[in-house]
Amino acid sequence: MKERMNNIEHDPLTVEKEEWKRRQLKSRLKQLLTISSPIFILILWEFLSRTGLVDARFFPPPTEIVGTFITMGTSGELFEHIGISLFRIMAGFLLGVIPAIILGLLMGLYSPLRHFFSPLIMALMPIPTLALLPIILILFGIGEVSKIVTIAGSVFFPVIINTVAGVITIDRIYLDVARNYGANSRQFFFKIALPGALPVMIEGIQMGQAIALLTIVAAEMMGANSGIGYLIWTSYNAFLLKEMYVGLVLISFFGYLFSLILRGFQNKLLPWR
Amino acid sequence: MNTPAKISIRDLTKVFYKKGSSVTALKGVNLDIEDGEFVCLLGPSGCGKTTLLRILAGLETPSTGEFIISREKEERPLQSMVFQERGVIPWLTVRENVAFGLKMRHLPKAYVKERTDYYLEKVGLEQFSTLYPKELSGGMKQRVSIARAFANDPEILLMDEPFAALDEQNKFILQEELLSIWSETKKTVLFITHSIDEALLLSDRIVLMSSQPGTLVTEKRIDMPRPRTMEEVRANADLASSFVEIWTHLQDEVQGSRM
Repeated sequence: MKERMNNIEHDPLTVEKEEWKRRQLKSRLKQLLTISSPIFILILWEFLSRTGLVDARFFPPPTEIVGTFITMGTSGELFEHIGISLFRIMAGFLLGVIPAIILGLLMGLYSPLRHFFSPLIMALMPIPTLALLPIILILFGIGEVSKIVTIAGSVFFPVIINTVAGVITIDRIYLDVARNYGANSRQFFFKIALPGALPVMIEGIQMGQAIALLTIVAAEMMGANSGIGYLIWTSYNAFLLKEMYVGLVLISFFGYLFSLILRGFQNKLLPWR
Repeated sequence: MNTPAKISIRDLTKVFYKKGSSVTALKGVNLDIEDGEFVCLLGPSGCGKTTLLRILAGLETPSTGEFIISREKEERPLQSMVFQERGVIPWLTVRENVAFGLKMRHLPKAYVKERTDYYLEKVGLEQFSTLYPKELSGGMKQRVSIARAFANDPEILLMDEPFAALDEQNKFILQEELLSIWSETKKTVLFITHSIDEALLLSDRIVLMSSQPGTLVTEKRIDMPRPRTMEEVRANADLASSFVEIWTHLQDEVQGSRM
């Protein structure tokens, strides 16, 4: 401190430039920290597993899991599992999100609808869709439809609740503006309710996306003969733990990828934020 | 008065009732405003002036009484409101905000564009037309709000303390801009404010309101020729005495409501 006092810079711009450089360096260090934590865990895992400090049968070293991933990938079987799971997630996601947005906007705009539907939603929401899987299987059979319906069911609730909340929290003054300038109900819906609710709605969709991944794995474990969940479950049963880890890593990867995609959408859809 | 009033308010009363208690926001309000007149409604906060404006804007219904806004052209909307600063819609660009009323009325695209361009230029926002309101200053947002109301070409304009949130320098600038746009169109304006200076600069007539229950107490004509500037208003001795007169009135009101 004393040293700095002696070297007083007389140009304010230079002083601020130095300060700015210091801040840049700091933020770069923080980025480095963010990347370093997963790498650190992987190295630690590799080391513990290789040295036998943890049982390599249960925790095979990451490099070997990568090797398994490559052999599974070259046989082509892996991509079939991924493909079918992605299809189920996408279809289920859309089947859940679209009605949730429409009904949620209507409930937010028209209070009679809100009063009518909200007890039903409150009552159904706490029931895990997976607990309903037996009934879903009875209703829709063991084919694709039952998995898609399971995912749609679990995505529906966070999205509808956030959509309703999004509409209700729109500042009243925008509703007044729309009314004063003669907006009809269609214009209210598309110009005010939908864009105004969008930020909160997207948070709900993010949540729904995470829940869809949780659900697909469990649903495929119980009633399927393909998919990533099925891969994890059968590998575990056959004590093929490396294969099981490949499935787990895939789920983690897709979760990350989906939230990145949604963030990208968010920036596109909300340029005004 | 020989000419029929543009806005005519008769015995307007508004009571807010909620679980056993009631507040009389407006009581027996009678007011006639001529075509092309700029009237400021001046009063302390909570005197019901905003309620009166919201009733005229169709955002509240009166408990009893009625008002008539006379229509000159069939295709015109009856009224448009200049809202406070928060009234600019954040998910629409400057251009879309200005065009809002015109679009709601499904007018032809070319006409919407022409009118929007005209008023964007009038308020000096043409190079900001693609920006979102978050990138604008408070004064610029209010320009958007003013342009939106004028572009809509209504029979009358209602203004709800549009400059209340601005700093004083910006307020002066915008007040004069408003006057210059207004003088082109000569629309009938009902302007709400709690600033005596603002009322003196803008009005043909100032109507004073008292609070609880909100009634119109007295009115004052401002005969100073237009165009006016803030400097002239400040330097004018008549207006200085008007200021004092209005202030004494309001002071009594505010003191009275404190008792």
